[in-house]
Amino acid sequence: MELTGAEILIRCLQEEGVEYVFGYPGGAVLNIYDELFKQNRVKHVLVRHEQGAVHAADGYSRSSQKIGVALVTSGPGVTNAVTGIATAYMDSIPMVVITGQVPTAAIGQDAFQECDTVGITRPTVKHNFLVKNVDDLAVTIKKAFYLATTGRPGPVLVDIPKDVSQQKADFSYPKTISLRSYNPVTKGHAGQIRKAVQLLLEAKRPMVYSGGGVILNDAADQLTRLVHLLGFPCTNTLMGLGGFPGTDPQFTGLPGMHGTYESNMAMQNCDVLLAVGARFDDRVIGDPAHFYRADRKIIHIDIDPSSISKRVKVDVPIVGYVGDVLSEMVKQIESSPARPDPVALKAWWAEIKEWQRKDCLRYDRNSKLIKPQFVIQKLYELTKGDAFVTSDVGQHQMWAAQYYKFDKPRRWINSGGLGTMGFGLPSAMGVQLANPNADVVCITGEASIQMCIQELSTCKQYHLPIKIVNLNNRYMGMVRQWQEFFYGNRYAESYMDALPDFVKLAEAYGHVGLKIEQPRDVEGALREALAQKDRLVFLDVITDQTENVFPMVPGGKGLTEMILAEEL
Amino acid sequence: MRHILSILVENEAGALSRIAGLFSARGYNIESLTVAPTEDATMSRMTIVTSGSDDVIEQITKQLNKLVEVVKVVDLTEGNHIERELMLVKVRAAGKDRDEMKRLADIFRGRILDVTDKSYTIELTGTGAKLDAFLQTIEPGVILETVRTGASGIGRGERILRI
Repeated sequence: MELTGAEILIRCLQEEGVEYVFGYPGGAVLNIYDELFKQNRVKHVLVRHEQGAVHAADGYSRSSQKIGVALVTSGPGVTNAVTGIATAYMDSIPMVVITGQVPTAAIGQDAFQECDTVGITRPTVKHNFLVKNVDDLAVTIKKAFYLATTGRPGPVLVDIPKDVSQQKADFSYPKTISLRSYNPVTKGHAGQIRKAVQLLLEAKRPMVYSGGGVILNDAADQLTRLVHLLGFPCTNTLMGLGGFPGTDPQFTGLPGMHGTYESNMAMQNCDVLLAVGARFDDRVIGDPAHFYRADRKIIHIDIDPSSISKRVKVDVPIVGYVGDVLSEMVKQIESSPARPDPVALKAWWAEIKEWQRKDCLRYDRNSKLIKPQFVIQKLYELTKGDAFVTSDVGQHQMWAAQYYKFDKPRRWINSGGLGTMGFGLPSAMGVQLANPNADVVCITGEASIQMCIQELSTCKQYHLPIKIVNLNNRYMGMVRQWQEFFYGNRYAESYMDALPDFVKLAEAYGHVGLKIEQPRDVEGALREALAQKDRLVFLDVITDQTENVFPMVPGGKGLTEMILAEEL
Repeated sequence: MRHILSILVENEAGALSRIAGLFSARGYNIESLTVAPTEDATMSRMTIVTSGSDDVIEQITKQLNKLVEVVKVVDLTEGNHIERELMLVKVRAAGKDRDEMKRLADIFRGRILDVTDKSYTIELTGTGAKLDAFLQTIEPGVILETVRTGASGIGRGERILRI
């Protein structure tokens, strides 16, 4: 049967089991919106700005094993979406973005709302397509979903000119697809895995360092089994939190720029480092030259060969899906009588315990001002560590990562790679739709929240009972912190003058707003907010303006060159 | 060090800009780049001459392989290979220099493709170094115009790049 391009697209989305499309209509996508209107299997979520659509689709992907889909119009629709696409790309989040384009005959004519979508988005997508012929549409959509979800995941964009969505073609959706030029290595090399297991069993000062790859590949169980079997310490990067339980005694906390003293010391001083789905990011290892140790062996498991030996030379590279490789390692260790030297391991743990005694996340609990760390700890207690937590970018993001203990994967949703302010609220919408009965909390700051605050309106329309915890210190806190440490207290443009009354603002959007100014009111306000299961509650928490995030490795410094709170 | 990368790539619109974009985005060098379809019209073969440390070349190869449209990447300089470049050069050829220019072209096994009473257009093939040598041999003032294709390369003997 012949269908129009728009009908074909919707049928493809139905075939892929897409539940939600996050989008915003416009001229070039009107054919598609008309077909969306005529059916009810694929639900549309109308955002207030295209950046929000892509972040929402992103949050939907991150917090579930499903794939987020965004739909935007040509020109400004696309340029507004770019930040969201780049955010997903940096964190390897599977996503399909459908964009409208001006009719094929108008392409290149500087038509109204025309932009070179494929060109603009090229460096921020795993792949993109311009569909010039309606006959290619179904197979292109199939390719998009396939590429987005396999290998190292990422956003894939399909640009559809308006005439293509209008023209007719026979519809059949391919069940499977293969591309001769795309064959990611997914199964780890058996010999390399044996070598890695050997190294792990012989390690005297081992460390396990896992990242977002463990979350994306749903390999948290396999990682946890391996770490428990070996009795090794384990750290999770900002993208990897929840990959290993945050409350486990073998967990040493975050590594890196704002990592714990013990994690960074162990990363630096171990003799065997097992890196799993992590990429030795500059925010994790600091200066690579300082990080280098001749006597340390590094095993690196990653789905992307280009992540291996990019910043740090690796001794045993293993390319493949981390879950399968970890399972194979567990199997080999379980069937082997050999175990790591218990005496050496005990001595290593004693050293780590010594580092832990620094109590590097200590803060003033008797302050008369609200300490942001305290708010997050209270939130953790009240939600029993089981909430989905999204964040924006800055100090509040680091505190959330440090003080909320994530025992499960896909609970911590943040823009780690690109560091996109404005991510928290729209991504929380996607999280809430993917997990309708869960507590979804957006930890943010008064600067970040204003970057996508218009989405409060979307939350109202779709009854999304997100809890926004606005850690309001009247500063772009992280910028202020750097200015205090490295720019002689010259707070250039980091103070947010003329802040809105957030309580009134929340109310204006039809939500509940609460302002909290005293430490003693924090717990009650959080309880009250969490009890409102069907309302969005905006908690404006007035925090200590001068609080800083510790520990801190200054940019470009070595991982162990940390500034600790007590040193100031 | 100088490397010659041979790349088989899907013959699709945008593949070239994806590859060129990768080099500029990641700060890699391109000394020259040539591309044309192969005997299989669905595929193009590209030759990129680049330079960098071993680590950089390893990253370039991995990053190229990561591009969805790239089918295969080979570093020709890892083994025996043949490298050729084509140059067309228009030179002043008048008076007593006219015979000398003809002799020089012969020595370099060049062919004169076009003649006017004042100029020759000479075709030369060879390695980049040979073409450089030719240009250095003649006076700079004599050269009216040059156009070079950049290197193309192929492995020697049984070394074959195909899918």
